[in-house]
Amino acid sequence: MELRVNNQVFDVDVEPEMPLLWVIRDMLNLKGTKFACGIAQCGACTVHIDGEPVRSCSFPVAAAEGKAITTIEGLSEDASHPIQQAWIKHQVPQCGYCQSGQIMAAVSLLAKKAQPTDADINAAMTNICRCGTYKRIREAIHDVAGTTAEFYQA
Amino acid sequence: MNKPITSLSRRRFILSTATVSGGFALGLNMPGKAQDASQSNDINIWVEIRPDDTVTIKYARCEMGQGSMTSAPQLVADELDCNWDQVRIDYVDVNEHVRMNRAWGDMVTVGSQTIRNSQDYLRQAGASARAMLVAAAASEWGVPASEIGVANGVISHAGSGRQSGFGALAAAAAAQPVPANVTLKDPADWHIIGQPFPRVDIPASVDGSQVYGIDTELPGMVYAAVASCPVFGGTVRSFDASKARSRKGVIDIFAVDGNAVAVVADNWWRANKALQEVEIQWDANGNGDVSSEDILNVFRASLDATDAAPMPNNAGDADTALAGAQQVVEAEYFTPFLSHSPMEPMGATVRIDSDRVDIWASTQAPEGLVSELVNALGVPQESIYVHRVQAGGGFGRRGGSSDFARQAALIAAELPQGTPVKLLWTREEDTQHDFYRPLAMYRVKAGLDANNMISGWKARIASGSILNQMRGVPLRGGVDFTAAEGFTDLPYQIADQFQDFKLTPTHVPLGFWRTVGWSQTPFAREQFIDELAAAAGEDPYHFRLKHMAEDELSRHILVEVANAIGWDTPPPAGNFRGIATTEPYGSYTAAAVELSVNDAGVINIHRIIQGINTGHMVNPDNVSAQLEGATVWALTAAMWGEITIDEGRVQESNFHNYRMLRMSQMPEVETVLHATGGFWGGVGEPGQAPILPAFCNAIYAATGTRVRSLPLMHHGFTLA
Repeated sequence: MELRVNNQVFDVDVEPEMPLLWVIRDMLNLKGTKFACGIAQCGACTVHIDGEPVRSCSFPVAAAEGKAITTIEGLSEDASHPIQQAWIKHQVPQCGYCQSGQIMAAVSLLAKKAQPTDADINAAMTNICRCGTYKRIREAIHDVAGTTAEFYQA
Repeated sequence: MNKPITSLSRRRFILSTATVSGGFALGLNMPGKAQDASQSNDINIWVEIRPDDTVTIKYARCEMGQGSMTSAPQLVADELDCNWDQVRIDYVDVNEHVRMNRAWGDMVTVGSQTIRNSQDYLRQAGASARAMLVAAAASEWGVPASEIGVANGVISHAGSGRQSGFGALAAAAAAQPVPANVTLKDPADWHIIGQPFPRVDIPASVDGSQVYGIDTELPGMVYAAVASCPVFGGTVRSFDASKARSRKGVIDIFAVDGNAVAVVADNWWRANKALQEVEIQWDANGNGDVSSEDILNVFRASLDATDAAPMPNNAGDADTALAGAQQVVEAEYFTPFLSHSPMEPMGATVRIDSDRVDIWASTQAPEGLVSELVNALGVPQESIYVHRVQAGGGFGRRGGSSDFARQAALIAAELPQGTPVKLLWTREEDTQHDFYRPLAMYRVKAGLDANNMISGWKARIASGSILNQMRGVPLRGGVDFTAAEGFTDLPYQIADQFQDFKLTPTHVPLGFWRTVGWSQTPFAREQFIDELAAAAGEDPYHFRLKHMAEDELSRHILVEVANAIGWDTPPPAGNFRGIATTEPYGSYTAAAVELSVNDAGVINIHRIIQGINTGHMVNPDNVSAQLEGATVWALTAAMWGEITIDEGRVQESNFHNYRMLRMSQMPEVETVLHATGGFWGGVGEPGQAPILPAFCNAIYAATGTRVRSLPLMHHGFTLA
């Protein structure tokens, strides 16, 4: 099966029902996408499929065939994405484990809505952070709001 | 009453130095170490200065998001007067540490201890290295050392105009005699301590490059999934793996440690899928019919037991005072078992070779991993190599027991020598095989005299003991002080006190859960103070203050928090406030919560003020981050947190039935930071201690409902 991940094409020999998460982590060795619940509750495994946020722990790999998959590693070459920079500026992560998923969810939100309201953030950012970094996630998203349009046109 | 802890220790550490590749390395003989390593080339390097001017500061503890990988080196860098940009931070090598008789002191990262317990030697390491650089400059330049200054990584002599970076003088510094005495800076001169420097580990957390235990990848690695006996203390009677063995990728299936079954495969998902097809028969070994109700009944009996152990702070005659009181108030409180549920589930990668064992695991206790492997495999500790990684949350789960490391080692031992195996638990395994925050019950009784002052105070604490159950540590005088903390040293002046502790063990494993006893005793103590204020018809803040006249530091932070929320100005109509104060882990914390509750029991939190006085404060932005996170931690436990038992096993399994607070429910949190000096208090643990009672006190103010058992979801409350 052919998978297009971060603009690279990979040929993988896996069961069609294997969740995309485990293909990404253990076959493609892209470890930034995390496992935490396995039942699409927490969002630590969030990746983009054709730009939409997807909880890859519960998404069969076969359904991703032929689509554009983006993981945290594909967001930018050098952590230069405005969201990544805002995450550093606001010192968002604590343990950091959920933050790949949080960032992928935030990127997707801003792609759809350049100036999200608090209500938009509440609706889109449903990922769990056990360290409790929500306040800073919200501040970072507001800070970067309106500045990411150029990035998406590129 | 709480008094400031004297902080400026004059303890001296014998120094040792070495020349390392043209540079200079400095070590310290740590407290409690008998031998003097100063003549040895094998030194416990804390600071290394290289010819290229970089300063490498060693970090012995762990990083799991609490930030001390940044703040501990700040202590060294400040005394060294280097530029923070010169600083590189490296973990201490655990194998070297073990071989050198634990030369770097404590590595365990628990109890908000990293700064408090290492600030004296870390600052001395920085000051000593600075003194030796100065001595080297004095010698090379032929000027008195007293005329030489150091600032931002530049050593200079004003009279001659000479100056140098650290690197050029490093080799000469290494040849200088070790200073017998160094004077640590006056806190007024600190320029790196107290600065909100960005955390050094954060950049790797935004691009997926941060490495956690789960991310270990080794040539030839195989993967393991396990099912442990769902009843604690139970064992594997038999299992049928005939179906599972034929599944794709499965390598082996076997019992582990008598209490679990492991499937090893070429991919973790395949291993876990196959595990679901293994039919396992368990022996519950006597605990198979225990329910939460059974456990609660044991605890209720403990509240009435006649053989509880009196606590050492008892004073006066509480019974006589109560008999003479105008009013007597009595209440019982209950806090449930809780699981840690860090985002990264438990797991470890182990590889056993003929002469060494390697382990990669997220941990709070690197030496705990070593002892688990020694016990599991019977190998010498010197043969064990712990590879250090970031932990995907710890909160105490990875600090007490390293059960997951034992399991991984025993699985590796079943495989061909040299095969690395990565064990990973599912979320369900993690939730159901934790070492839980102890369940506890509290009965508190106090009187009020004619002036509405507290007259007579009695408290009974019924709880299990973490250290007694986990490691067989005997109780001191029958009291478990981690379960009793919060009751052992009240900030309120009460002449006649009697408090006691009734040990109440169950078959449920217990562990250190963020803030430990202070996560639950304030729920009873600080709500009970509110109950007394209500009985007295007085404002709960001012009622507290009038009992705290002699406790300046507790009073200080409480007043600051009350001022920050504008306590003496009424809130907008429909809003209500609660307040609480605590003195956990060497710091002083208070919180105020403003909320409204509608007729359907929906709680809308409008503001939370979180105050802390840490004495000295190393990194204020990190302190704020810890307090913000601690609020989430406390509110999650308050609303939904409970681990329940039926048929001997945990009923909750994953985030759908062990709920977490999410973004939409995150309240406004404002932090009030104070560093009044004179002591070093903790940060990671203390933040949540006052939140829970302040929140419940506000709910009482809003609704008249006094919540004496958790979680709040069982009292008809939801969070907006």
